[in-house]
Amino acid sequence: MDNNQKPKLAVWKFASCDGCQLTLLNCEDELLAIADKIQIAYFPEATRAVVEGPYDLSLVEGSITTPEDKERIQKIREESNFLITIGACATSGGIQALRNFKDVKEFTSIVYASPEYISTLDTSTPIADHVEVDFELRGCPISKAQLLEVVNAFLFNRRPNIPSYSVCIECKRRGTPCVMVSQGEPCLGPVTQAGCGAICPFYNRGCYSCFGPKETPNERSLSRQFVKMGYTNEDLVRAYRMFNAQSDSFRKESEYYEE
Amino acid sequence: MPNPIHSEKKVSTMKNKTINVDYLSRVEGEGALRVDIQDNQVKDVKLNIFEPPRYFEAFLRGRDFREAPDITARICGICPVAYQMSASHAMEDIAGRKIGGPIRELRRLLYCGEWIESHALHVFMLHAPDFLGYEDALQMAAEYPDQVKMGLKLKKIGNALMDLLGGRSVHPISPRVGGFYKVPTRQELDAMVDDLKWAKDASLETVKWVSTLPFPDFEIDYEFVALRHPDEYPFNEGRIVSNKGVDIPLSEFEKVFEEEHVQHSTALHAHRKNGGPYLVGPLARYNLNYDRLTPTVQKAAEEAGIAETCKSPHKSIIVRSLELLYACEEALRIIDQYAKPECPYEEVKPGAGRGYGCTEAPRGILYHRYDIDDNGAITDAKIVPPTSQNQEMIESDLRSYVENHLEMEEEELQWKCEQIVRNYDPCISCSTHFLKLDINRK
Repeated sequence: MDNNQKPKLAVWKFASCDGCQLTLLNCEDELLAIADKIQIAYFPEATRAVVEGPYDLSLVEGSITTPEDKERIQKIREESNFLITIGACATSGGIQALRNFKDVKEFTSIVYASPEYISTLDTSTPIADHVEVDFELRGCPISKAQLLEVVNAFLFNRRPNIPSYSVCIECKRRGTPCVMVSQGEPCLGPVTQAGCGAICPFYNRGCYSCFGPKETPNERSLSRQFVKMGYTNEDLVRAYRMFNAQSDSFRKESEYYEE
Repeated sequence: MPNPIHSEKKVSTMKNKTINVDYLSRVEGEGALRVDIQDNQVKDVKLNIFEPPRYFEAFLRGRDFREAPDITARICGICPVAYQMSASHAMEDIAGRKIGGPIRELRRLLYCGEWIESHALHVFMLHAPDFLGYEDALQMAAEYPDQVKMGLKLKKIGNALMDLLGGRSVHPISPRVGGFYKVPTRQELDAMVDDLKWAKDASLETVKWVSTLPFPDFEIDYEFVALRHPDEYPFNEGRIVSNKGVDIPLSEFEKVFEEEHVQHSTALHAHRKNGGPYLVGPLARYNLNYDRLTPTVQKAAEEAGIAETCKSPHKSIIVRSLELLYACEEALRIIDQYAKPECPYEEVKPGAGRGYGCTEAPRGILYHRYDIDDNGAITDAKIVPPTSQNQEMIESDLRSYVENHLEMEEEELQWKCEQIVRNYDPCISCSTHFLKLDINRK
């Protein structure tokens, strides 16, 4: 297809590890087919070519952590017809949102010899705190299959088929025995959105929730179970403060046990 | 930032010019490049990195030692295994434990997967287009469909190896302090053999292909720094050595090398104490460990015309291809000799203390140092990734190159400068997990 007839895709990066946009390059079997249907108009990790906006679809990776980025996301929103966030940083602030629970000045002085050079916000926040987001794709990292589903749904102008149920459903479907029941391993699967394929329980470990809270999670009930299994309050705080620490219900739960 | 989304601009006069690339492409992360030329002399070279700080060393404090591999993996989505390996080895070092046997072999195998994936990505998708004048691999695919497809398939095989051993390729979930949560069966590994044999042949072809690319006459007398092991090409273990007199255990890294917080890019620049910049990565590993490569790789190197030594940063594409070949052969060897361990991990219970880990990420040595207390909580962490170590060397290469090509047409020189940066396969997300770079924009 001629480039001019194809929808234009842009991939943007904020504070992140690049792993979610790498997932696009990891579509080894599909990449050439995607490029046949979509014009990759802006994707600096893959190309030095730049096609000016506006863009039909923007994929946004990373969280907002600097004053400059706060402005940049506004411009990107203006230039994008659809804006989809990809990954835990963009949808919940990511691991770097652990700063939100501490004094950033202290953080800066721990890491930098000359803190006065550093300009940063006190918080790491998801993209949806700043602009309207059309769809949020979860995961640290995102799932390749879900990314392809979202891009496909966009191309065919339909709603993406991304489930909001828990990891438990995926374990059952995969035939993995519950690690909490059979191995006594604390597992965040019951409160975590599916999408990863329940890989951690399949590999004999509890879920650490890289996809963040499911729809209507019941953290308190799970926390009580963790306590019965020997977790202290500090253990619970750490469990909820990982890659989706800033997501609403996990933040509330961790704050409850911090007090 | 005048145009915060993106811009590339050039200013030129007769004798004075500024080469400005506001957003470097085909690298991991956010970086920029500025070269100032005044009266036909290179006045200033700056590799700016404006990736925002993420404060890993700070928020690691208070976390449990067992969480370090999962947390530090998130510094880089391109080389998470390197972070998991350096962190795990550092924690095992605190406990005075050395993990051997099949678990050690599986760690090497996992690293093979990461090298294959990362090197195939760089060789075919990020680096080769520069030599052939394409802006990206998708454009290159029109003229070189076989090579691009071969590169994608190689990359896929590296990812498949990581999927099997790690559970997934970006931020694997199986590695842990002491080993793995789950190890593969003999059968599962055997199922990889055909693909790896194909990958070995494809890597040989890759070496042949990339050695025919046009290379500029550009060599540098580098100080190479890499791990060196008594009998292996290095992944996870060894002493830190250089071709200019360094030969130290990991615990002395900070005595010999230092990082400086400089304002222009506010990147921590690493160099030898009282000395100059140094280079880590494939070129360094290759020059310091050529004798540890297999006969197949050495023969391919001879045929490519770079046997034993290679001081050309552009030819790092050949060296990466040779390492691809090595990783495929090593993976096949490990699978051939594999016997499934009874337990996928060894229990590691460190008391209070300090430990070091340094492993060979695809881009070079990645150094971790941790202090933990009696409860296993991290009290201090230091992480020195390969790209922050290479940053000063990249600037030095840029200076040398531009000084020799002052007459080059502007647009071409800009592209060549970008290529110099991409020679290093820089991983800016890594180098800036603790750096903040201010760009001077007028």
